[in-house]
Amino acid sequence: MNKILMSGNHTAAEAAIRAGCRAYFGYPITPQNELGEYMAEHMRKIGGAFIQSESELAAINMVVGAAAAGVRAMTSSSSPGISLKQEGLSFLSGFELPAVIVNIMRGGPGMGNIAPAQGDYFQATRGGGHGDYRTPVIAPGSIQEIADMTFLAFDIADRYRTPVMLLADGMMGQIKEPVIFPDFIDPQTLPKKEWALTGRGGKESRYLASLILDSNKMEQHNWNLFKKYEAITANETRYESYHTEDADVIVVAYGTTARIAKGAINQLREEEGLSVGLIRPITLWPFPSEILYTLAKDVKKFIALEMSTGQMVEDVRLALDGRAQTLFYGRPGGIIPEPDEFAHVIRDAVKS
Amino acid sequence: MLKTILCSGSGGQGTLTMGNVLANAAMQEGFFVSYLPCYGAAMRGGTAHCTTSISSEEIASPVVSFPDVLIALNKPSVTAFLPRMRPGSTLIYNEDLISDVPAKENVRIYPIAANQLARDAANERSANMVMLAAMVKVTSLLSLEALQRSAQDLMGSKKSLFAMTLNALQAGYADIV
Repeated sequence: MNKILMSGNHTAAEAAIRAGCRAYFGYPITPQNELGEYMAEHMRKIGGAFIQSESELAAINMVVGAAAAGVRAMTSSSSPGISLKQEGLSFLSGFELPAVIVNIMRGGPGMGNIAPAQGDYFQATRGGGHGDYRTPVIAPGSIQEIADMTFLAFDIADRYRTPVMLLADGMMGQIKEPVIFPDFIDPQTLPKKEWALTGRGGKESRYLASLILDSNKMEQHNWNLFKKYEAITANETRYESYHTEDADVIVVAYGTTARIAKGAINQLREEEGLSVGLIRPITLWPFPSEILYTLAKDVKKFIALEMSTGQMVEDVRLALDGRAQTLFYGRPGGIIPEPDEFAHVIRDAVKS
Repeated sequence: MLKTILCSGSGGQGTLTMGNVLANAAMQEGFFVSYLPCYGAAMRGGTAHCTTSISSEEIASPVVSFPDVLIALNKPSVTAFLPRMRPGSTLIYNEDLISDVPAKENVRIYPIAANQLARDAANERSANMVMLAAMVKVTSLLSLEALQRSAQDLMGSKKSLFAMTLNALQAGYADIV
């Protein structure tokens, strides 16, 4: 197909439909409303289910139901709404149900505002819901990547029977860039889900539960989940490496801030000849710790740039394990930092 | 090649449409583009601006500190964004709504009677398209035809709007000699 100019929100919706998603449930909230709007128009055209639910809680539990029935299902929201969905995320993990949850982050805590922020990193990567689970979190860095990563999110969800979160922010939701979509997937051609509750017929009974009162069985369930998380860490960790070959200082940033950091890095390399590079985590969980640890053999200074007061920086510090210095600069509350501002911070880091 | 264009005006003047038509045109011409609209609790009469980046290479930051071109549709836009104009940049402003633009060293400044031109050619509400066409002529960034194709793509289904847009683009392009 041709390249078209599309916003991040519309792109996530179109990509989901193309990836075989046939059930979308959501409740409106800025800055992700265009996603639900697009689904309202297009989902039914292709024979899928679109419901604007009465609340975020209803939406995520509808996702649980649709996923249990074996359908590729999605919900989306922005920060305060994602908080309301956390119980559902924990249940999806306990049930081992595949689903995709999109969080187009805004300023917080509380109702916050409607401007872009990255304050939900902890919530996304550390759980948010209760229990010993992990959620794969994918942070796209462009509109094309939103399209590609939406496909990837559904694939990881199905392959490992886990909810997957697509984490972006209001800026990624609103900007428009050219996108070429992958081809439509016919849901009928996807691998059969032998565990899905599709009606017993003449088959063996199937049963999905997250209530496991027998502690020995619950422990085994936890270890089974753990093995799955180990496999996801081994197979699904993704990052982009940008000018790291000759770098004296390496920036670590994801999503919007990574894009702005690239602008700053280009400026510093071209105008001032500074050797600075970027590692852009594409998966936030699993975090690309190994590459950071490897790079820290030669690079002694890393700087985490975020639209928060400092959340991902903790993963950077854990990854470096004392091998290199970790610096931080952030703008919380819905302020979008500028390339020139980042250039200033990175320049200081190089020269200090 | 990287050109960044900041369009700014009052809500309802078609500021975001300007940036969108421009980004779409540049994409169709084979450039990498990124279009960043400001958003918020915006309304008619509030302020609106957007940044369009056009490049021969992949675009790093959609956020721009110092635009190469500022298209100002109203006075507050000049006040807000003139301080960001660096030597070598270009300001195109709507002289029907903006008086006394302070001189700035090595910034090329083009006044356009956008409301008047739009009124004569089409409809006053198409002043944004007059400004956009004048900008591509001044900067040699894109052809008039590229803008027209983009407009057809985005608003071709609305016949009278599209006809007005074509006339306004033509008028703005012809105004720069």
